[in-house]
Amino acid sequence: MQRSDHRPATLIEGGAVFPHRHLTGIDGLQPHEIAFLLDEAETWVEANRTHATPDKRLAGLTQINAFFENSTRTLLSFEIAGKRLGADVVNMHAAQSSVKKGETLIDTAMTLNAMRADVIVIRHMASGAVRLIADKVDCPVLNAGDGRHEHPTQALLDALTIRRRRGSIAGQRVVICGDVLHSRVARSNILALTALAAEVRVCAPSTLMPAAIHKMGVTPFTDFDAALEGADVVMMLRLQNERMDGAYVPSTREYRMRYGLTLERLARAAPDALVMHPGPMNRGVEIDSAVADHARSAITEQVEMGVAVRMACLDVLTRRARGVEGWA
Amino acid sequence: MILALTNATLVCPIGGITKGNLLIRDGVVVATGLVEIPADAQTIDCAGKTLAPGIVDLGVAKIDRAAFRAGGIVRVGLMPDQSPVLDDPGIVQRAALIGKPDLWIHPIAAATQALAGHDLAEMAVCLSAGARAVGTGKGWIADSGVMHRVLAYARDLDIAVVTHAEDGGLTAGAVATAGETATRLGLPAAPAIAEALAIARDLMLAEDTGARLHIRQVTTAASFDLIRAAKRRGVAVTCGITPAHLHLSDIAVSDFRSFAHLSPPLRSESDRQAALAAVADGTIDVICSAHDPRGPEEKRLPFADSSAGMAGAETLLPLALMLVRDERVTLSRLFALLSRNPAAVLGLDTGTLEVGKPADLLLFDDQAPWQITGDAFAASANNTPFDGLPVQGKVLRVWKGGREI
Repeated sequence: MQRSDHRPATLIEGGAVFPHRHLTGIDGLQPHEIAFLLDEAETWVEANRTHATPDKRLAGLTQINAFFENSTRTLLSFEIAGKRLGADVVNMHAAQSSVKKGETLIDTAMTLNAMRADVIVIRHMASGAVRLIADKVDCPVLNAGDGRHEHPTQALLDALTIRRRRGSIAGQRVVICGDVLHSRVARSNILALTALAAEVRVCAPSTLMPAAIHKMGVTPFTDFDAALEGADVVMMLRLQNERMDGAYVPSTREYRMRYGLTLERLARAAPDALVMHPGPMNRGVEIDSAVADHARSAITEQVEMGVAVRMACLDVLTRRARGVEGWA
Repeated sequence: MILALTNATLVCPIGGITKGNLLIRDGVVVATGLVEIPADAQTIDCAGKTLAPGIVDLGVAKIDRAAFRAGGIVRVGLMPDQSPVLDDPGIVQRAALIGKPDLWIHPIAAATQALAGHDLAEMAVCLSAGARAVGTGKGWIADSGVMHRVLAYARDLDIAVVTHAEDGGLTAGAVATAGETATRLGLPAAPAIAEALAIARDLMLAEDTGARLHIRQVTTAASFDLIRAAKRRGVAVTCGITPAHLHLSDIAVSDFRSFAHLSPPLRSESDRQAALAAVADGTIDVICSAHDPRGPEEKRLPFADSSAGMAGAETLLPLALMLVRDERVTLSRLFALLSRNPAAVLGLDTGTLEVGKPADLLLFDDQAPWQITGDAFAASANNTPFDGLPVQGKVLRVWKGGREI
């Protein structure tokens, strides 16, 4: 099993390794803290694969997954992660909640808090919503995606995938291509990968590229072929259907022509380049099936790493409350 | 009877700074300077503190008397986006009368019916009911043909058209200025040129029609360049700004602070520097509070869902005095920006200490230190982006028409 070399030798073991109460974003995490979460996740990868003796360390704790925005895979991944660790997992869907009846976000947060959750996982359509809730509740809060802002566990699972497949993150040339403007996955990945010393290129038509993205330490490209030159990792982003019909790009056909990842395009990248996608994929639009199902594709492995990373985050964030030695 | 305010430092946008007394009779200034005090006069010793014209706050969103009194504001230009909209003489007249005698409210009537940007509102009828200008409110008139007719019609009536300058196509859905902060936070953002784009059009229409145009808040370097050039050509344009856009950049939005969610949004540091230069060189005519108190139900929300606006009335004077301390403007010029110029936009002959003018007066201690604390505001809400900032300058007493309020 691989260990990170990012952790300062002087750092004492225990809670000081990860002093944060919540995980609202990659922003604010030190490189060694990101590496620590990846190291913790590694142990769960092995455990999940071998179906080893169940480790129910979160037994008796209540985990609420409060999803104000529809999600299938992230919700499922958090639910499985919690259940593998023995937590009592409760899912709250916005469609079934009083949010529809006009309750404010803060009131919803106070309600969840009053139910004495031990950890709350939140997805919300507004940037900053998770931080707003985190300020109001007594238990750790995990961001499962807030608007266009951050999706930290996605960035961690992507980093873990790259580290396992490529051996290291530092020095890797990573191309993130797609709807960067609306993507929390892109933002969290940029923060995590640049913190871990990868060379990050972002590629999108200018209509889907945020202003001043270069200030985040990445190189912007509009020409996908140029961006792919020598890439070690190609990370495709999903393009929402409603943004493909003229609002931001003229058509899916034109988008595929300029930004679709085909086998021919992939040939521009390094010979052993890794292909990634956070899912769900639009096969035949941003990624061809031949690429998605290629041996170099790590897309299903990303999903697997997702469970491990979320187990690690749930474990680490509840250590203080569980009185784990060195953390309490 | 005569009221004598003695031993004051008199600050007048016209007369400059002098030491002395100010005499009031029948609500009007009758003498200033080293004048003799009549034996039967009622005397108030100002103890050397600063006596200036009361502030005329052009373009407030809400009537908030306690906040205006605390801020030394004696007259306000009220935005048309009230509920109901100020496009009907009955509503305009009610707004014009409810503040008196302590606070004079000068309604800015809607330029188009229901502020919808389509049909001309009854401007002359609203003027007769007490409106002092017409405006587009917090919105922008997208249709250039409508805007052309609004300006042409307002020119006939010799009133200013008060506009909000943001191109609606570019700013649709945006809550921040495109730049590093908005990118990092993932906030919907519009490029800063949305403002200059709107201003460029309106300047051309104003030039073509000869109308008086007042752009309520101008906040970007490109816009100041356009206005500077237009003024040189003789276009009848004036413009304003808030202390927030002079003292804060979009970095204040970090951590999703909804109290820094303003319209127009906070800009880049280089635009802020351009605004400071535009205050100093005279391009900016008016400093206003854009007072818009918003309670927690509108502000304790995710940034993009929160309402734009700040409670600015009580902090207007101390934040404006920072410009004097930094030697951007002189103290007498500051009261042109705070009192005389906004009065002139509304066609009011006030805002100075000249003899014959209404005794709308503000006594303040320009040194007194205090800390801005939203929770201690007299305003109906505490949404200030300056919470916790130490400032200098405290309002001591206020007179409206010679009557202390």
